Amino acid sequence: MASLRPRGSDDLGLRRALSDRLLPLLVAAMVFLAALAMAGAIAAAGLAAHWRGGAASLLTVQVPQPEGRAEAVALVLEHTPGLTTRRLDAAEVADLLRPWLGQDAARLSLNLPAVFEVRTDPVTGPQAAQFDAALERAAPGTLVERNGAWFARLVALAGSLQACAALAVVLVACVGAAVVAVAARAGLAARRDAIEIVHGLGATHGMIASRFAGRVTLLAFLGALLGVAMAVPVLLGLASLTAPFQAQTLAAPAQDDPGSLFAALPPLLWELLPALPVSAALIGWVTTQITVRTWLARLP
Amino acid sequence: MVRLDGVGLRYNNGPLVLEDLNFALAPGAFRWLLGPSGAGKTSLLRLLTLSVRPTTGRLSLLGVPIEQARRRDLPPLRRQIGMVFQDFRLLPHLSAFDNVALPLRLAGRPEGQLRVDVGEMLRWVGLMRRAEARPAELSGGEQQRVAIARAVIGRPALLLADEPTGNLDDAQAIRLMQLLAELNRLGTTVVVATHNDSLVARHPGRALRLHEGRLTEETAVSVTGLATPGRRATDRIA
Ligand SMILES: Nc1ncnc2c1ncn2[C@@H]1O[C@H](COP(=O)(O)OP(=O)(O)OP(=O)(O)O)[C@@H](O)[C@H]1O
Ligand SMILES: [Mg+2]
Repeated sequence: MASLRPRGSDDLGLRRALSDRLLPLLVAAMVFLAALAMAGAIAAAGLAAHWRGGAASLLTVQVPQPEGRAEAVALVLEHTPGLTTRRLDAAEVADLLRPWLGQDAARLSLNLPAVFEVRTDPVTGPQAAQFDAALERAAPGTLVERNGAWFARLVALAGSLQACAALAVVLVACVGAAVVAVAARAGLAARRDAIEIVHGLGATHGMIASRFAGRVTLLAFLGALLGVAMAVPVLLGLASLTAPFQAQTLAAPAQDDPGSLFAALPPLLWELLPALPVSAALIGWVTTQITVRTWLARLP
Repeated sequence: MVRLDGVGLRYNNGPLVLEDLNFALAPGAFRWLLGPSGAGKTSLLRLLTLSVRPTTGRLSLLGVPIEQARRRDLPPLRRQIGMVFQDFRLLPHLSAFDNVALPLRLAGRPEGQLRVDVGEMLRWVGLMRRAEARPAELSGGEQQRVAIARAVIGRPALLLADEPTGNLDDAQAIRLMQLLAELNRLGTTVVVATHNDSLVARHPGRALRLHEGRLTEETAVSVTGLATPGRRATDRIA
């Protein structure tokens, strides 16, 4: 396609009409928000997977006054198919209860319950009602806590968080497209005469639209790079704040080690962050092409 | 080359500013376009540059019927039509050089070739030393000469000029008419709208005469500048 100019010159005066200030800053802000929302979506997805995978089918069976009764319950658990059982030792039970009883549960000489951690196989595991009844027969007063139900709720919560975050990304993209369209329209209004002259001299719609789209794409790309550059330190900061909560899954990052800084964010996020400037550029290009061509369609 | 059949034009539901125009121009023809201010000269030239579309009637340019033309056929057509606008319509942020170079760049001419041609053209209109000036830095006459250079540089098949001597001194006007005559001799169809009677008197030729949007007569203009209806003048300009 013929260009309207030698490389580097600006025959439609777009450098002033589409200024290098406002649009890149708006795009940068948008990309910053998109990066946060994306990180949120990925974190929520990670939590959901964690809860779903590790702990979904976990039961806690508590036997009060365990003397003699704990063994009866253990026997039932052993003979029920589809279960993996582990009895917590006294120290672990004290650990579990420490928030309520303080350091010295043992010294209070309380009669601590026996606690079993039970994993049920969702297929071969027992029906809840029959299982509870069997335990009640073995040791009346035995409590079965179904963590699975809580985990299901947490998974659902994480799922909706993830959906909200994804929706936020989509909204940001739409608002970004609208911002680009407004900027392109302002540029068209500012260069109306120049466009009409060039059009009258035989410039095709494609030539004019690609001049606008080229400029907007460049500005959007640079703005998006700025947005990502702003988002990365913020995300790393958030990651270091949340790291203690994920201690089992992620080593807490040592701030001075770039390798572990890199590891502080999920790999998927590192893959998606570079996609943001590319997407911003793409949205800028497509939106400007559509906006300018629609405007040009009114010319004779 | 150019053919109008019952062409009328109105701007945004206003009154008809051109009404029932019928005429044809053969390739290589020359016409003065005469008429009082407000008669519709500029409007007719706008039709012939495809800046506006006829409201009624049929227009065909360079053998292309405009009503049936597809959108993508129009830009190449426009590139074969040169126009000197009454208000110049230069791009304000470009130098004289870049303004003149625009038609060649639109046609996809390589930069290397184009520099020579544009330089030559600027020399011819006497603006070689003002090549880097923007339109705002040029006098009215200099801007008009840039507009003329831009109109002719692409060797258009149809050249339209709206008051092209309005801001020129006599010597420049004569040089311009020599250029137009030369292009006409080489086969360019030329239409020049003007109020300048002495110019018309010096260069007798056939004329389209507009009055209140109607073509009153297609006449030959004699050397004295008086219309002599009925006499068939040459299609070219002297
Ligand atoms: N863009 C426009 N919108 C509405 N009316 C217009 C427009 N341009 C011209 N007109 C009207 O059309 C009529 C013809 O105008 P035009 O410019 O064609 O006259 P002209 O013969 O070129 O006059 P002049 O010799 O003063 O340049 C005038 O009545 C004018 O008011
Ligand atoms: Mg006029």
